[in-house]
Amino acid sequence: MKPLLKVENLSIRLPAGGDREFAIRNVNYDLMPGEILCVVGESGSGKSMTANAIMGLLPKVITVDKGAVIFDGYDLASLEEHRARTLRGNRISMIFQEPMTALNPLMRVEDQIAEVFLVHTKMTRKQRHDRTLALLEDVGLPDPHKMLRAYPHQLSGGQRQRVMIAMALALEPSILIADEPTTALDVTTQAQILKLIKELQRKHNTAVMFITHDFGVVAEIADRVAVMEKGEMVELGNRDAVLNNPQHDYTKKLIAAVPPLVSPKREIKPLQVPPILSVENLCKTYRTGGSWLSKARIVKAADDVSFELHRGETLGLVGESGSGKSTVSRCVVRLLNSDSGKIRLSGSEIQSLGTKELAPFRKRIQMVFQDPYASLNPRKTIGQIIADGPIAQGMPRKDAFAKAAELLALVELPIAAIDRYPHEFSGGQRQRVGIARALAHDPEVLVADEAISALDVSVQAQILDLIETLKKRLNLAVLFVVHDLRVAAQVCDRVIVMQKGKIVEMGDTRQVFESPAHDYTKSLIASIPGANWRSDTTAVTASGVQEGAA
Amino acid sequence: MSIQTLLYIAGRLVKGGVVLLVIAIFNFFLIRMAPGDPAQVLAGEAGATDEIFLQQLREQFGLDQPLYYQLWIYVSNLMQFDMGITYRQQMPVFDLIMERMPATLLLTGAAFLLSLVLGILAGVVAAAKHRQWLDSVITVAALIFYATPLFWLAMMAALFFSVYLDWLPSFGMQTVGENFTGWQKVKDIGLHLILPAATLGLFFTAVYARMTRTSMIETSRLDFVKTAKAKGMKPSRVTTHHILRNALLPVVTLAGLQAGQLIGGAVLTETVFAWPGIGRLMFEALFQRDYNLLLGVFFISSAMVVLFNLVTDVIYCIVDPRIELSK
Repeated sequence: MKPLLKVENLSIRLPAGGDREFAIRNVNYDLMPGEILCVVGESGSGKSMTANAIMGLLPKVITVDKGAVIFDGYDLASLEEHRARTLRGNRISMIFQEPMTALNPLMRVEDQIAEVFLVHTKMTRKQRHDRTLALLEDVGLPDPHKMLRAYPHQLSGGQRQRVMIAMALALEPSILIADEPTTALDVTTQAQILKLIKELQRKHNTAVMFITHDFGVVAEIADRVAVMEKGEMVELGNRDAVLNNPQHDYTKKLIAAVPPLVSPKREIKPLQVPPILSVENLCKTYRTGGSWLSKARIVKAADDVSFELHRGETLGLVGESGSGKSTVSRCVVRLLNSDSGKIRLSGSEIQSLGTKELAPFRKRIQMVFQDPYASLNPRKTIGQIIADGPIAQGMPRKDAFAKAAELLALVELPIAAIDRYPHEFSGGQRQRVGIARALAHDPEVLVADEAISALDVSVQAQILDLIETLKKRLNLAVLFVVHDLRVAAQVCDRVIVMQKGKIVEMGDTRQVFESPAHDYTKSLIASIPGANWRSDTTAVTASGVQEGAA
Repeated sequence: MSIQTLLYIAGRLVKGGVVLLVIAIFNFFLIRMAPGDPAQVLAGEAGATDEIFLQQLREQFGLDQPLYYQLWIYVSNLMQFDMGITYRQQMPVFDLIMERMPATLLLTGAAFLLSLVLGILAGVVAAAKHRQWLDSVITVAALIFYATPLFWLAMMAALFFSVYLDWLPSFGMQTVGENFTGWQKVKDIGLHLILPAATLGLFFTAVYARMTRTSMIETSRLDFVKTAKAKGMKPSRVTTHHILRNALLPVVTLAGLQAGQLIGGAVLTETVFAWPGIGRLMFEALFQRDYNLLLGVFFISSAMVVLFNLVTDVIYCIVDPRIELSK
């Protein structure tokens, strides 16, 4: 079979002064008609850059250095802009990662999709309307007539991604480039979108170049896999070959970092009583709008939530976006005020305390935040960031900085980091700083709100490892808010599953994963991409993760 | 428009009424805090300064009454949409303001349109030529107009275009002594309008240009612009259909602010160019301590601000579907 697209010796040069000379270097691969090729790699591996080069959407400062992208007799890398435009959105189209921002907020869905016909065809207004309607039906959107008139903000993330797919497939392109199209979606929505892409791809025999960082997704959807590392392609092969018998060290490392879905056997330790933290009937309701003229929109983010957390235990709080897991975690550390219920920290009620009475309790329960890039003040040095808390609690400045130095050693960062600023560190290193900052208070309870979800898999494994070690050494109680069930399966002793503000299931991790009792838990677990791949724990050892779970 | 929107607008109008009342009371005290006495000004102009005449004038205007009583009279009249009589012209304040209104609206309206069109245009061009020489020219020019005091600019413009070049008239709204009619009159007023309107509009032109430029550049980096490019559209269509509409949202907010100044914002310009509008009326009333007239101008100006705040919100809700008018 003749390849549809040939990437030949492609090199893309980055502007001078970057951290490396080439975004991608000497990349070669073919895309066959009707196949799904997954391009996998961590952030900065150059996987998106290749896609942008094919689409002709590279930023102006970045240029193709050498090589060619052959499609239908054209070299896309050197094609004049006005000719490339006739292919773009027509023969080759693309969908993006962030459905929330990828659509024009001021334009109706119909106009955005119909624009593709307007630009590339001579269809009449009526024809455009009819085709758009048919497309919305094809991508499985409910009530397509109403959808036509909707604005993007009225749709959910999954629905917006369906609109994007409709737009991309409008003219039945030969190639669809999907750049992390499900990364921003919840696991159940992700499963639906993956299914949709596969269905439509079969139906129209479209070749799909699917860019992802998630090996679970690869296992779910790929025919062939290309693995990229720092701009170079290190491995290319059939899915099963790459996933089960990786050749290159980097591929091996990446796959080993993917936590297996089965929760490891743990010795069931008797829980240390009394619990360090106990939450009873916690409620938090959000009201938006509402006045004497209109009815308020009411969302119950925490609805009668009760649980206990013990020393030396990792308790997972899992659920999809909007399930209320972050709200609960923020209420527990009193960053948010809950409406009612009780929060007891080693016996003392803190739910109803005022700012002043709460102050001495603050240091005993600390939080690690999700986004390591946004949670550290860019104008303070690492030392100041860590020492600020203890100083606020009354520790002399000198002691606080001495302690910061100790903590840096504890989270395995060089002492020299103390005088540096956050921007000098990578995401994983910053998250270590975030952990050191939380530990500066010698807390008894550590609340980690999606503390690893912004990180690459291999870095995730290291941070999880660190948290596990620290938990043991300091006898911490960890409340681990996480949406990634694979991670939850590995690190949590017990899990709580939340849906729409309510706890639907709670129990030992292994038991919940092996025999989920609630339908929602079942559907969550069934939606995990690549659930059949690596369902055995013994195949590859996830370094660090396993060790902590033993 | 939905029932909810209409109810919202009605609610805002009621609230606006309350705000205006508070402003009126505040203004009343503010004016009385200034030294001076209208009776003395009037008597001085009449050439009579004896105590009895002054007393008569004070009685006539009710200025001999206690302050709280004067406030009560003023507010209760205002509630009946009566702004009182000017001390000097002995005309109803409202009539006098209405008489001057067209001149002011012509001036401020022209300046408003000029600055919107010119400012947005300059901003779009500058963003399109980002980091090229034309961008620098526009940015620097905008900065200069942004930073230059209005009155100085007005005087320099008059000096240059009227006195030195003798191209344009430097004061008034129509040529004195000529009784033009029809198109000739339009042309005459148009020529008189150029300098004051340009002077008044330049500041906001600069503001719009800077804002549009920044907003265009920011918007062009957003994801949906990439989506639009990926559809294979021409750059010009991407700019007009996707970037510009989104980029103009913050400009709408500023335009609402400027629109609020349509009546009260031209005092300096009208004074320098002797434009027979409300601004100059206010300026004169200030020197004559014509309390009623001053309060009237203040009231109408603040009513405009309150009104245009509401209009801006309604427009915002029309141009941005994400915003709903209900709170």
